[in-house]
Amino acid sequence: MIASVVFYLLAAATLAATLLCITRTSPVHAVIYLVHAFFDLALIFYLFGAPLVAAWEMIIYAGAIMVLFLFIIMMLELAPGGKPLTVDRRRWIPVLLLSLVTLGCTVLLIVLDPAAAGSGAAFHASPREFGTALFDRYALAVQVVSFQLLFAAVGAYYVGKGEPRARGDNP
Amino acid sequence: MTELLITATLILVKLILIFAVVLSLAAYMVLAERKILGRMQLRYGPNRVGPFGLCQPLADVIKLLTKEDLVPARADRVMFLIAPGMASLIALLSFAVVPFSPPVTLFGREIPMVVCDLNIGLLYFLGLSSLAVYSIALGGWASNSKYALLGAIRGLAQLISYELSMGLAVVPVVLSAKSFSLTDIVLSQADWPNMVRHPVAFVIFMISVMAESKRTPFDLPEGENEIVAGYHTEYSGMRFGLFFVGEYINVIILGAMVTVLFLGGWHGPLLPPIVWFALKVLAVAFCFIWTRGTLPRLRYDQLMHFGWKFLIPVALANVLVTGAVMLAIGS
Repeated sequence: MIASVVFYLLAAATLAATLLCITRTSPVHAVIYLVHAFFDLALIFYLFGAPLVAAWEMIIYAGAIMVLFLFIIMMLELAPGGKPLTVDRRRWIPVLLLSLVTLGCTVLLIVLDPAAAGSGAAFHASPREFGTALFDRYALAVQVVSFQLLFAAVGAYYVGKGEPRARGDNP
Repeated sequence: MTELLITATLILVKLILIFAVVLSLAAYMVLAERKILGRMQLRYGPNRVGPFGLCQPLADVIKLLTKEDLVPARADRVMFLIAPGMASLIALLSFAVVPFSPPVTLFGREIPMVVCDLNIGLLYFLGLSSLAVYSIALGGWASNSKYALLGAIRGLAQLISYELSMGLAVVPVVLSAKSFSLTDIVLSQADWPNMVRHPVAFVIFMISVMAESKRTPFDLPEGENEIVAGYHTEYSGMRFGLFFVGEYINVIILGAMVTVLFLGGWHGPLLPPIVWFALKVLAVAFCFIWTRGTLPRLRYDQLMHFGWKFLIPVALANVLVTGAVMLAIGS
């Protein structure tokens, strides 16, 4: 009972934060709302019995990726109260298409309600069980996905390398 | 229902105790730092307010509270106002998972001396320490000042870099404890503290923790001779004070984490466990102050090179070697 009340509160907060995130004109405010949404998501994961996923949501998304976003925004020196970002009207077409697809899938899920058919027991994925699944049963898949990161790193290095510099120059 | 009430009351009592102890300890850390630094520089330090200057923190608080709370004209007001509070709050939250002593039995109930023994306690701490970046970043950005922004950017880059080596340094500890729970980690050090078993990880963790606390020699985000006062240039009064309360709470929590992860937590001969724990935390805090009194500030490129080109590779190699050795001896 308490758990479902907390869940709906968190879900509402997540949706509100996400909505605010995509409607802010100041990029820093948008980042803060997104961090808020990640925080709520982490709590929802914890509520669902997956504390490890909750911790990763916090460490990786809220603590690392969004910090890098913030870093880039600050490097570009977008001062508070500066010129708001203008949005081209044509950019709304992919946004609308994607929203429609997601909305359709959500409605379909709600109508079909797959959880009702095979009511899974409440579970608690301890870090140990989670680790076993990740690095034993699905080890190959995890490795394949992590290779993608390697490709991305090589690509970023290649793009960012620029012109060859004379020796002894300070980087 | 009564069971739930008793549990809730216990948690509340623990929270209040922790708040009281940590906040007053933070206030006296300021005095201790000024006194110790004073002695290291052949002067007395504050000694006018009360006996041995013991009322100095009180005088500081009164001074800070009565000062004007300035907000720069073109600052982002809301962000500017909440950033210092975030600095203290995030540091305080970490205490939820720190085990202070073994469970005590009161009125026939076993009471664990930790607010919440999460099975991901260590990750919770790492998560919160990665969130500590936001108070600096937002405070610096919202001030709408060049110096504050520069300090914030420096702080962001520094904290991201040293978080990696901090995270990698605790891997051997988790490997030998086979758990993320801080209580289990302390229990696994009953014979030998991890400082002896994993000396390299200990040194890397100490250095990273000093960088995380943004104190000399890693205080580039507030380097006075280059960027005035860095991210808190525009702050005044108690909001300025809150950044410092946050810093000293951080020193205490990081001292507690070093104690739990590497110094064996509450384990020790003769004295009661809680006393051992407090002594170890204060010893680590003293090391922080000692380092500040001894080392000059790093240059920015030195800081980055040291973090990325030395500390992280060594930490990675250490994880590899520790794993291999533990496999070989089959523990």
